[in-house]
Amino acid sequence: MTEPATAPIEALKDKVPEQPPRSQWRDVWDQLTKHKGAMFGMGFLLFITLAVLIGPYIWQVDPQKLDIRNKDMRPIYTALWDSDAKVRWANPLGSDQLGRDNLAQMIAGGRASMAVGWAAMILSLLIGTAIGVLAGFFKRLDGPLMRLTDLFLSLPILPLLLVAVTLFRQPLRAAFGPEGGMFILIVTVVGITSWMPTARIVRGDVLAIKEREFVLAARSIGTTSFKIIRRHLLPNVLSPIMVSAALGLATAIITESALSFLGVGFPSDFPTWGKMLADAVPRMERFPERVMLPGIAISLTVLSVNYLGDGLRDALDPRIRGR
Amino acid sequence: MLAFATRRLVLSIPTLIFISFIIFMLLQLAPGDPMAQVPLTVPPEVKEKMRQALGLGEPPLVQYWKWLVQVFWIEPQVFIDYLFGTSLSEGKLRVISWQTRSPVMDIIIQRIPQTLWVVGIAYIVAILIALPIGIYSAYRQYSVFDQAGTFVTMVGFSIPPFFTGPLLIVIFSVMAQDTWWLPVFPSIYDTTHVVNSWESFGIQVRQMTLPVMVLALQITAQLSRYMRASMLDNLNQDYVRTARAKGLSEAVVVNIHVLRNSMIPVVTVIALGIPSIFGGAIITENVFKVNGIGQLLITALFANDLPMVMTLTFIFAVLIVMFNLIADILYGLLDPRIRYD
Repeated sequence: MTEPATAPIEALKDKVPEQPPRSQWRDVWDQLTKHKGAMFGMGFLLFITLAVLIGPYIWQVDPQKLDIRNKDMRPIYTALWDSDAKVRWANPLGSDQLGRDNLAQMIAGGRASMAVGWAAMILSLLIGTAIGVLAGFFKRLDGPLMRLTDLFLSLPILPLLLVAVTLFRQPLRAAFGPEGGMFILIVTVVGITSWMPTARIVRGDVLAIKEREFVLAARSIGTTSFKIIRRHLLPNVLSPIMVSAALGLATAIITESALSFLGVGFPSDFPTWGKMLADAVPRMERFPERVMLPGIAISLTVLSVNYLGDGLRDALDPRIRGR
Repeated sequence: MLAFATRRLVLSIPTLIFISFIIFMLLQLAPGDPMAQVPLTVPPEVKEKMRQALGLGEPPLVQYWKWLVQVFWIEPQVFIDYLFGTSLSEGKLRVISWQTRSPVMDIIIQRIPQTLWVVGIAYIVAILIALPIGIYSAYRQYSVFDQAGTFVTMVGFSIPPFFTGPLLIVIFSVMAQDTWWLPVFPSIYDTTHVVNSWESFGIQVRQMTLPVMVLALQITAQLSRYMRASMLDNLNQDYVRTARAKGLSEAVVVNIHVLRNSMIPVVTVIALGIPSIFGGAIITENVFKVNGIGQLLITALFANDLPMVMTLTFIFAVLIVMFNLIADILYGLLDPRIRYD
């Protein structure tokens, strides 16, 4: 006999959504957590940010205090294989040739590097996004703004950075104090020399999105250009902006350290990672750890930011996300 | 294509003049005084005359115009004189360095060989390493080799040269002296070294090893990422399936069909990187004391030698603009789907 027809065929049953709809950012987050490198990067970035933010309250040693009697201390772990090494618990990572505590300097240096990195990255994102959106959205501005971008792209960046820093160091120092002036100078200079990739990517995306129906619909009900940009375009170009934010942070940290390394960065008594590295190079035969500590700190931070950027790119790309 | 190339070439001239104008005006703001090193016993009116002799008395626009004439009119004449033994440039003033009081171009010509040797060889080494790594890790995507390669390129991408340089010096110049199994390499590049025998050639190779390693690591990291991404794009294309279906061997499919198509963007990336060879690796040259172009720029900057800084930066800008153009043209030549109209 035939089977009872009351039971519908499995494949023809309507699927009732069992779960509430998922938001896009939840999908992105889920994909991001699957990327091991990105998780490592985010973890390390959080760790280093917390360390430089909270660190000075836990390790309350002044990084600029000279303690010449206890100079050239080795890190505490050298005692493991060399019982004669000059170590003491008051300087867990040792001290430098002037007796300044390395741990306190690392924390203070990280603070400077991260602050410069974040500020320069945000500045370059702001410029890049503004120019990209304007060039993509307003046809009349497209030509001149893209010529400007090409012009900036064909400037030799590192020489110009060096020129700008050596030129404007004195007036800015006089106006904002040695540290504040240098901070403003480096952030501005890195910011205005690194916005071009963001601008190009954003312009490309805006050009594509501008032709879509929802923008036409928004325009047909009388939305002003400014509101279209804010409500419809910017949220849609958020993903390339986030990816270039990660890459921009990495470039800014490296550039700041490179400037400090070449001796045109912050004043000599103000610790940054690049500065510590540069100061340690002449003594690296006897104290290799002084090169290694800031070097590893810079490299790991940049590595984790790059991994985070990689993971973000994968997670934000809907073509990859489904897999 | 020809029309496109000509148009771009013509357009690049105003761009370059504009760039040089920006750089010149930026340098005009420099606070330094080239007479700062002159002893205090020299009376002010003599100093003023020395300043006039350096061409500093004129308004900035006149100075800029004179610089333009010197670079675009007199220096080519000097070059022609050098080539054919004529005397076109006799008695004409060339761009003079404030540091050494000798023509800037002569110093640059002296410094270029060192930069080309070190940075150029690093570039070639990096290309030779990066391409096979990129190809193989794309072919075996997600294999152990790919994972390791991606990790290494990521690390090479992230470690700045001012850390790898000292690190390699610590390992190969300091620690290697106490071990028997690590080769020892000199940490300082000796520019006066003359290669005239196999032995001295060996020394030259040894002293080039460390800077080349530092630079090659960085360039390899960037190139192999491009190569891998480009191979991955092509490996999933329909023509690859067709080639396999025809019964071609894997070697032919990968090395001929896919590789040729994947090389198109990579070749342009390589072309875009060439200006950085001449621009010198400022930091690497500084770490290993190679007195090339990058080091010249740094010392000129610190010594407030504005004509030198101006000319060097301008040469870098010319190279960047030219190779951007070359990359675009190469892209059009290699990929017939691209049409510039």
